[in-house]
Amino acid sequence: MAIKAEHEIHRRRLSRNVGVGLVLAAFVVLMFGLSVVKIKSLGATQGFDHVVRPEMIETAQ
Amino acid sequence: MTDTNVTTFEREAGFGDYVALLKPRVMSLVVFTALVGLLVAPVAVHPVVALSSIVFIAVGAGASGALNMWWDADIDAVMRRTSRRPIPAGRVAPDEALAIGVALSGLSVTLLALAANLLAAGLLAFTIFFYAVVYSMWLKRWTPQNIVIGGAAGAFPPVIGWAVATGGVSVEAVLMFALIFMWTPPHFWALALFMRGDYDAAGVPMLTVTHGRRVTRNHILAYTVLLVPVALGLGLTGIGGPVYLATALVMNALFLSGAVTVWRRDETAAEADGYRAEKRLFRVSLYYLFAHFSALLADAVLRAYVPGLW
Repeated sequence: MAIKAEHEIHRRRLSRNVGVGLVLAAFVVLMFGLSVVKIKSLGATQGFDHVVRPEMIETAQ
Repeated sequence: MTDTNVTTFEREAGFGDYVALLKPRVMSLVVFTALVGLLVAPVAVHPVVALSSIVFIAVGAGASGALNMWWDADIDAVMRRTSRRPIPAGRVAPDEALAIGVALSGLSVTLLALAANLLAAGLLAFTIFFYAVVYSMWLKRWTPQNIVIGGAAGAFPPVIGWAVATGGVSVEAVLMFALIFMWTPPHFWALALFMRGDYDAAGVPMLTVTHGRRVTRNHILAYTVLLVPVALGLGLTGIGGPVYLATALVMNALFLSGAVTVWRRDETAAEADGYRAEKRLFRVSLYYLFAHFSALLADAVLRAYVPGLW
């Protein structure tokens, strides 16, 4: 038998779950954006380990 | 069993209760002043780094708010203004508030160090420690100067914003700190003059309770007089400008005249008109800080887009 009774507590839990979900999603977006900016600001890096390689800068020049 | 279940249900918090735990109104002031500190600094910051830093500063402020509510739950329950906060109202358990406060403190400081620099993160950590431990745990229940020294916690955000941009602290940042630091006592004491009864009931040693209302009026005037040169001095530094100086002149004249009015009155006169001058001074104090920091921002925009104006 399915339990269908809706209690006030279920609404409160839903609000909490949706709220926490949205906050976590925003946090992921923020951290991703920050990572992109930080890695790009390093200059000439290689994608597999994101380490600056001065020899690449010399090649580009 | 039934009783246990009912108790559990009543204690369960909604999302809004957790938001309330982070003191969103205090957080909005922190965000505003930290953002101004960051934007008026002479070093440009990437918008994503700036946004992230402001978010982490706000989370750190929220964490210290949660720790404050955890520690002060007993006196919050007694005071009318704070009795509906999540912990005294029974919607968030004290342990939960402590866990949230500690976790968010660590998270915000670590992430600010990664997003900006170690100095900004160190200042944020010190601010959280100052508000949660020095102010909430040591000073608030011990000395009537609690507001004065505790005000330092609220004065740090623009310095942190400045440190995010420049990686250092300079005279401009120190004067922004001093502006909020000197503004806090007259702001809170004006409130304490007309919010009588609340602090007495909770046993918090506010100046109005320990030294009387006459002394509080004297203190309001003294701090306001000391605030004026700080506010005007900030206008003479590199981040000041015509908008700031004009705003500072007008707002300091208003604040000082309000403080003199409050100083000249006694309790009989105040009770006769329902604390009108005290309420007016409190209202002016709210506009005072907002106007000063908005003016700093306006001058920074003018410097950036209208070269040669200043």
